[in-house]
Amino acid sequence: MNDILKYLPYKSSFLFVDNITALDENGVTGNHTLKPDAFFYEDHFPDNPVTPGVIITEVMAQIGLVVLGIYLMLDGKPHEGAVMHADSFPLLTSTNVDFFKMVLPGEKVTVNSKKQYFRFGKLKCLVEMHNADGDLVAKGVFSGIIKNAVKL
Amino acid sequence: MDRKEILIELKKVLTPYTENKEMLDGINEQTDLIKDLKINSANLVDIIIDAEAQYNIEIDFDAAEKMYNVGNCIDVISEKINKPA
Repeated sequence: MNDILKYLPYKSSFLFVDNITALDENGVTGNHTLKPDAFFYEDHFPDNPVTPGVIITEVMAQIGLVVLGIYLMLDGKPHEGAVMHADSFPLLTSTNVDFFKMVLPGEKVTVNSKKQYFRFGKLKCLVEMHNADGDLVAKGVFSGIIKNAVKL
Repeated sequence: MDRKEILIELKKVLTPYTENKEMLDGINEQTDLIKDLKINSANLVDIIIDAEAQYNIEIDFDAAEKMYNVGNCIDVISEKINKPA
């Protein structure tokens, strides 16, 4: 199931997907462990590192929209040699997120996304994030588009 | 349903998506959804889905591509409601 990760266009400091544990045409579940040495903790905040809401949002978008979006565009059948087109990338078009709990460095979070629709190249999902204790961390509706994402 | 009636209904569909509420009051067939009504282009998909529910029609990719101004939207909607699939 982690085969899908090779299609993600993110690298190193901005890749926020570790494992995909469930994936089908209706939704996805995956997780990420926040690296304690991630670049944003030094300044957010000095001596008091907390994961920025914008990073939480990004984790939810990468797992909940981008992984599922690529899966849908590949028709559920990853092809050998298929790669992200050099001049295309996923774009977030709207989010509406509520945050319930802080996420600290080193925490593992699990993201669950349910498809609301995928039409005309736009994917809209209800996305939830839980921490290792199973507490709801964040919840929201996410939408995004990917154009020409896969070159065969 | 004639074009005038469709326009009145269409206005209701567009209301939640436009940043330009004043412009919406005075829309005509030439009003451009993105340029004039300042609608987020990705939300055109939501407008199409709402229009499908509103008029009980199905809009395919080719029809959706034409729906960039109010007149085009009315063309597509009136064609679909007068010719059920």
